[in-house]
Amino acid sequence: MTRAVPTRTRRTGRIPIALLVPATLGMVFLVLPLVGLLVRTPWSTLPQRLTEPGVLTALRLSVQTASLATLLCLVLGIPLAWLLARVSFPGRRVVRALITVPLVLPPVVGGVALLLVFGRRGLVGSWLDSTFGVTVPFTTTAVVLAEAFVAMPFLIIAVEGALRGADTRYEEAAATLGAGRWTTFTHVTLPLVAPGIAAGAVLCWARALGEFGATITFAGNYPGRTQTMPLAVYLALETDLEAAIVLSLILLTVSVVILACLRDRWISSP
Amino acid sequence: MLGGCAEDPADPTTGGTGIGGELTVFAAASLTESFTRIGRDFEAAHQGVKVTFSFAGSSALATQINQGAPADVFASAAPAPMATVTEAGNGDGEPVTFVRNQLVIAVPEGNPDRVTGLSDLTRPGAKVALCAEQVPCGAAARMVLDAAGVALTPVTLEQDVKAALSKVRLGEVDAALVYRTDARAAAADVDGVEFPESAEAINGYPILVLKEARNTTTARAFVEYVRSDTGQAVLTEAGFQAP
Repeated sequence: MTRAVPTRTRRTGRIPIALLVPATLGMVFLVLPLVGLLVRTPWSTLPQRLTEPGVLTALRLSVQTASLATLLCLVLGIPLAWLLARVSFPGRRVVRALITVPLVLPPVVGGVALLLVFGRRGLVGSWLDSTFGVTVPFTTTAVVLAEAFVAMPFLIIAVEGALRGADTRYEEAAATLGAGRWTTFTHVTLPLVAPGIAAGAVLCWARALGEFGATITFAGNYPGRTQTMPLAVYLALETDLEAAIVLSLILLTVSVVILACLRDRWISSP
Repeated sequence: MLGGCAEDPADPTTGGTGIGGELTVFAAASLTESFTRIGRDFEAAHQGVKVTFSFAGSSALATQINQGAPADVFASAAPAPMATVTEAGNGDGEPVTFVRNQLVIAVPEGNPDRVTGLSDLTRPGAKVALCAEQVPCGAAARMVLDAAGVALTPVTLEQDVKAALSKVRLGEVDAALVYRTDARAAAADVDGVEFPESAEAINGYPILVLKEARNTTTARAFVEYVRSDTGQAVLTEAGFQAP
């Protein structure tokens, strides 16, 4: 212990001021808005506001749709990530670029695009409407689709990274011992990359929970059916700043808890 | 745009009238087309003036102003958002009503479902978009529906009147309650069906020079211009009614 202290002091002393100052400013810039939210939170009326029926309805819908969206992302995203990591096919780089586009696309553009496909006059939507009488917009399904669209790249990137980092010798050994491809995938590959899948799923869930632009564009806003927490925040801001702050605080708390759990696996991985 | 734009009233570039420099106007989304034109006309009438608009929902704009957003003039689509600004002490003088607006039923062009009044919107399977009650067009919609005794369940409560209108344009809903001016601005895609109950909720649009205006003289001149015959002509053409 006594030895370690001088070493650490010397190390701290070597941090160039040219790095320390912008690093501190960067941290302040990212954290200060969150502090602002906390400072302005009406703590005294918080308990009543949290139990208002509209708040709980929006929170419940948010949690449900984000979970369903994550499930959808797992079912479709893991095979896709596996394909990208393990199979060499022409145009793989283009495919990877295309499926990660929602990461950088403004979510409202995603919402417009979803409308043009699944809307009543959309490519798939018009067929659904004329054949089955099903319309997707303004339903909870639309919320799940919007959230899955923006969140799935997070899962795919995490799982693909894990698959690329995994040691393929275990899979080869399983194959040598007579395991089929599916058995190898479910009994060897999946357990091997389980931590990566878990990290990707949590990040995917957190992104889905915060989705706003695609949801309001594609799914609309109706309490109990499509009004998730971010939409409730936006509308609360129209009339009641305090209500908007309280709703924001709930989303912030959930996000921080989720991301804090991820710290070692995702944020501070080398 | 962010400060440092204040003009010295004696500045020679303003031609001695004190009117010049940059002007930031926060205006309701429903004023987008007419104010954009009025802004260009105002710039043409006063050399050296540059008018910048921020169009959004009135309530969102009011919140931004009360949180210190740099604006010289605020034009709201209803008295309530304006009241939050004046009650917070952010107004310079009293707001004046410069136009009124009324709701119509926006339907796809040609009115395929033959909608003639509010009661047609409750037909089984009819998909209708309203504005959320937190924004002026939603509050007005609630008033006319209550006045007409029509129990209407919309499929969505949109965040502003333009969003409700775009759901009609995209064909995702069969109808939406929007302002007459918005339906007229979108006349290529939608028809506006007038209905008598809309008289129950005629929105007055107040306009006000803000206390924090960096350019009070120009801001006052702009408000005068909006209320002048020239300004009113543009607004009437857009479908607004005189105050």
